Amino acid sequence: MTTPASRKLWLGYAVAMLWLYVLLWPLIGIKPGGLEFATSAAIWAKLAAISAILLVLWQLKQRGVFDFVSRPAEAVSKALGKATDRVPTRLWLVLAFACAVAFPLVTERYAHDVAISVLVYICLGLGLNVVVGMAGLLDLGYIAFYGVGAYTYALLSVHFGLSFWLCLPIAGAFSAVAGCIIGYPTLRMRGDYLAIVTLGFGEIVRIILNNWMSLTNGPNGILGIKPPGAYWWQDGKIEHIWLGSLEQFYYVILGLAVCTIVAVYRINHSRIGRAFEAVREDQTAAELMGVNTLGIKLLAYAMGAVFGGLAGAFFAARMRFVSPESFTFIESAMVLAMVVLGGMGSIPGVILGALALIALPEIFRGFELYRMFVFGGVMAMMMLFRPKGLWPAKRMGARSEERD
Amino acid sequence: MAILELSDISVRFGGLQALTDVSFRVSEGDIVGLIGPNGAGKTTVFNVITGVYQTSSGQVSYDGRPLKALRPHKILALGVARTFQNIRLFQNMTALENVMVAQHSRTREGVFGAILRTRTQKREEGRIREKAMQALSFMGLADFAGEVASNLAYGLQRRLEIARALASEPQTLLLDEPAAGLNPAESRELMHTIGRISALGISILMVEHDMKVVMGICRSIVVLDHGVMIAEGRPEEIQRDPRVIEAYLGHG
Ligand SMILES: Nc1ncnc2c1ncn2[C@@H]1O[C@H](COP(=O)(O)OP(=O)(O)O)[C@@H](O)[C@H]1O
Ligand SMILES: [Mg+2]
Repeated sequence: MTTPASRKLWLGYAVAMLWLYVLLWPLIGIKPGGLEFATSAAIWAKLAAISAILLVLWQLKQRGVFDFVSRPAEAVSKALGKATDRVPTRLWLVLAFACAVAFPLVTERYAHDVAISVLVYICLGLGLNVVVGMAGLLDLGYIAFYGVGAYTYALLSVHFGLSFWLCLPIAGAFSAVAGCIIGYPTLRMRGDYLAIVTLGFGEIVRIILNNWMSLTNGPNGILGIKPPGAYWWQDGKIEHIWLGSLEQFYYVILGLAVCTIVAVYRINHSRIGRAFEAVREDQTAAELMGVNTLGIKLLAYAMGAVFGGLAGAFFAARMRFVSPESFTFIESAMVLAMVVLGGMGSIPGVILGALALIALPEIFRGFELYRMFVFGGVMAMMMLFRPKGLWPAKRMGARSEERD
Repeated sequence: MAILELSDISVRFGGLQALTDVSFRVSEGDIVGLIGPNGAGKTTVFNVITGVYQTSSGQVSYDGRPLKALRPHKILALGVARTFQNIRLFQNMTALENVMVAQHSRTREGVFGAILRTRTQKREEGRIREKAMQALSFMGLADFAGEVASNLAYGLQRRLEIARALASEPQTLLLDEPAAGLNPAESRELMHTIGRISALGISILMVEHDMKVVMGICRSIVVLDHGVMIAEGRPEEIQRDPRVIEAYLGHG
């Protein structure tokens, strides 16, 4: 057990555990009544023991002690992989869609609510993915477009009584304009500057929503937004109904999410998508190969904004109420985290990311206070062990630096 | 007539005079070599032509049309394509996709076409793919179409750069040290390829250090030293020119 490599490993372990205690003790041990060591030491000892056991197991595995189990297991998983590969992608998609459609029939309200959230965030994540994953432009103010879409529908519905379905494209268009307004000044910026400016713009939008009392009613928000309407066969004739129940909302957002997925997929596999990728890979080379990089970047912002705006309009309809509070920076960070966690540029990745970040915290509700602690830990682990995300895009690398 | 003409080009970078009054032309169907020691300003000439750098004075015209103030993608659309001294492929895209990007300026379909998959969009997409495959086959890369660019061997990456430039359907091709890093066999192959490109009616301006390549295929040669044109003429004349010999030997 004392090869130089293993000694280094255990040294690293010791340092990490020391560090953990230094972090843990102030959190738990400093009490109004004085300092206390017992509780933090107990928790620390548990964590240390668990990680020590994991480390030993890992070392044993490295030496091939478990080969008698892992070899056959690997063979089985490979065979399984081959078998699943033979099933065409189309069938998987149909299966997934069928599950999504059946979902509300076999679950109750609480699950519907979470599922609606997940689908909203899938739309947002996919939209941001166009900007960040495909075109490689960091955007820290993405939630602003969600806000623009939400307020567009809210205002049009409350003041003019326009229908949700009519407002959907209008919200998309307004968001696209907002995307261009925000995108335009940043076109010649790269990296850090881009991040800071988009962050600033995101805040500007929120502050406008907060302070333009006469239009947005400021922090009090807007009440009385109508849900989507529909014509449906009822009592022997076609009648107008409001899609106001959670179940109905679920199907509306499912439809929106499916449209978003199809749209993003098709853009990705088109001339425009290739231009996005080329800009991400090497902006100068893309320009020299005939891509109008400024125009394409603007388009990326606008496209991303449209998907955000559509999701926003739905959000307003579903909550029947909007206020600036829903569009804070933390939301932008959340959506970005989904994209990064899931795998930049990967559609299934973003879907998984949204599931992980919205559904898992709900499942972990039992942990109460430690929820965020677990959450942070999982994120850190993910970035260490799967830096390209849960379901990485087939090809996605570091964005190219300036060369030549 | 697609004539590329540089008249009295000067370029300054702060205190550095990178080019001083450089004038030459690349006529239709020509193969012109641009040579000179390292740092002479050859790549700068390419960057000026393709709109990456602005000139301090002088102008570049193509087809009788001044290129000043045109952004690089517009210049490509006019028919001037280039490769890079340091390979600049889209590393994480496949060879085919790399080449397909070059068709961007020759195609029109926008976002709505892509989302709705209209018939014209599909037809255009098919055409892009076809043109791209043609370019790959021309450079002998058809078998590597699905390969990610960064996984290709160095020599293949060099060829892929040329394929990408060709896929933009240029009339004039600028090659920046295409033989750099190639072994002698690959160099010979490259000479042959350049001949075939020329046979397509594409004019070529190439920077190259390998004198065998330059002397072998160029019909005329321009020599730069410290940003100044010190000679211009046919290969035999250049080889004998004392200023050229001095520039090369003087710098080692
Ligand atoms: N963007 C730039 N900024 C400052 N100096 C540059 C820039 N580009 C090139 N130079 C300088 O101009 C000179 C010519 O460079 P270059 O054209 O690359 O030479 P060559 O291709 O002939 O080897 C060099 O001294 C180089 O350092
Ligand atoms: Mg050079």
